[in-house]
Amino acid sequence: MNVLVVLENNRGKLHRLSTEAIVGAQKVGSMVSALVMGEDLENIVNELEACDLEKIITVDHDLVSTYNADGYSEVVKQVAQSFSFNIILAGHTYQTRDFMPRVSAKLGIPFIPDIVSVNDNIFVKQVLNAKLNAEMSSASDSAILSFQSATFSEEDLKTGSCGSEVFEADLNPSVVRAVSESPFQEDQGDVDLESADVLVSVGRGIEKEENVPLAFELAKKMGAEVSASRPVVDSGWIDSFRQVGSSGSNVAPKLYFSLGISGAIQHVVGMKGSKKIMAINKDSDAPIFEIADYAIVGDVLEIVPKLIEALDQS
Amino acid sequence: MKIAVLVKQVPGGESSLPINNSQNWIDESVVTFVMNPPDNFALEEALLIKEKMEQGEVVIVSMGPQRVQKVIREGLAKGADRGIHIEEDGQIEIDPLTIARRFVDVLESENFDLILSGLQSDDTGMGQTGVLIGELLGISTATLAVETEILDGHVKVKRELESGWFQWLQLPLPASISIQSGLNTPRYPSLKGIMGAKKKEIKLVSSSEISSGERSQSMDRIFVPTASKQTEKIEGEVDQTVGRVVEILKSELKVI
Repeated sequence: MNVLVVLENNRGKLHRLSTEAIVGAQKVGSMVSALVMGEDLENIVNELEACDLEKIITVDHDLVSTYNADGYSEVVKQVAQSFSFNIILAGHTYQTRDFMPRVSAKLGIPFIPDIVSVNDNIFVKQVLNAKLNAEMSSASDSAILSFQSATFSEEDLKTGSCGSEVFEADLNPSVVRAVSESPFQEDQGDVDLESADVLVSVGRGIEKEENVPLAFELAKKMGAEVSASRPVVDSGWIDSFRQVGSSGSNVAPKLYFSLGISGAIQHVVGMKGSKKIMAINKDSDAPIFEIADYAIVGDVLEIVPKLIEALDQS
Repeated sequence: MKIAVLVKQVPGGESSLPINNSQNWIDESVVTFVMNPPDNFALEEALLIKEKMEQGEVVIVSMGPQRVQKVIREGLAKGADRGIHIEEDGQIEIDPLTIARRFVDVLESENFDLILSGLQSDDTGMGQTGVLIGELLGISTATLAVETEILDGHVKVKRELESGWFQWLQLPLPASISIQSGLNTPRYPSLKGIMGAKKKEIKLVSSSEISSGERSQSMDRIFVPTASKQTEKIEGEVDQTVGRVVEILKSELKVI
């Protein structure tokens, strides 16, 4: 199998799911090449040169210097065709969701998205809001695959050495129809959730805004950072830069301590790579408990104040 | 402005989901169906655009067996002008490329300015049909739109990126755009709307009238996921619970 892993250039750094996708690619195929495009590639290429890859393919073209679905899908198509790659892999990011279906339609090969495990040519994805799993397969030996966060671990990355080559994409300005403005953040925080060792994460179980300081106090006692689920952010109780999940940050701390988060799939994909998960929830059937190492059945508002007290004394 | 909204009928969040005998999908005979919740936001966005422009047409397009006429009717009751039902007999189609080709066969001759869809379906969650259709029609695409604004011959879209980032795009029309859930508040149908919906047209396109092409992927088996972790359950008196938590944080996890 001739495998191409398409990487995401996240403002000069490799997207975390891209590193996981390389691990996935190394498991799926013996010959793996990596494609990366856009500006500020130097650091990314340096990092990739220490990986066990066939080669690194870079594209340096004005029309794909910043991300756009028109240009990216055309480049991936051209690269796949000229090197005869039959398997195209990527992390299941928002960017992948935005342009990979276009590659699928251009090449006429299926896009099997959001895969959580791989067994030979059988790809497992969650269906029906993660209540059931499904085994998917391609009708041919070609497919585009994207992996959900934490399907593979960065720690299993095989190291080695490889060289890079520049691919001359044949892009006409008429291909890029959309005019993209620069990305921006609505609230800018100085909080780095992705590098915190411990996160205390707030969900709807906190009940009202007045109770949110409890989470901050607990976090302070534990030397932790505070994060939140989408409903709490949408209610305006906690700043959006603290949001964890598919539309927020992707985190993998040593301990993720969730307070009253039910565990909807959109949240879980952003934190299930955590080394340990401790969760408090009133509902003993809450989906968060399925991925928790420690499932505490109870009321956040009764347990947290006593826990703060106990940490004061110890 | 002629707008198509792609609406899917899916099992409701509270529905039971028994696996069928061939173990390749659920037994639909006992499932309660609803309009795919993300599609409801796409429909609302289409109705808002039409109202703001004070002209145009909103057309609900749905694929599936006879039962999907219920969600088409629901959309008509909320204010859509007409419906197109692309009939599907037997097992529901899983392959997005096949689904997209069938939609394109029907959408092509309609010359829509805008095709809106939800970001993904709550059943198979493939999250790509709207984009596939855009590419097959040769028009521009965008995903996870949290705001739209129609300009002359263009649509401005605010697209949600990850980690609290956003981006504005300007796409030439026609365009196919998938809508992020939560960007608006979907309306409920009025009594007048429900009465009026009965008179609105639903055009039936039978599966024999459209191409199917070769299926590119399949769902071969579905199963209940097994828990991958050993979970310690802590419950009972609050004081005992707190004592155990402190012990874990100190001795097992060594985070305090």
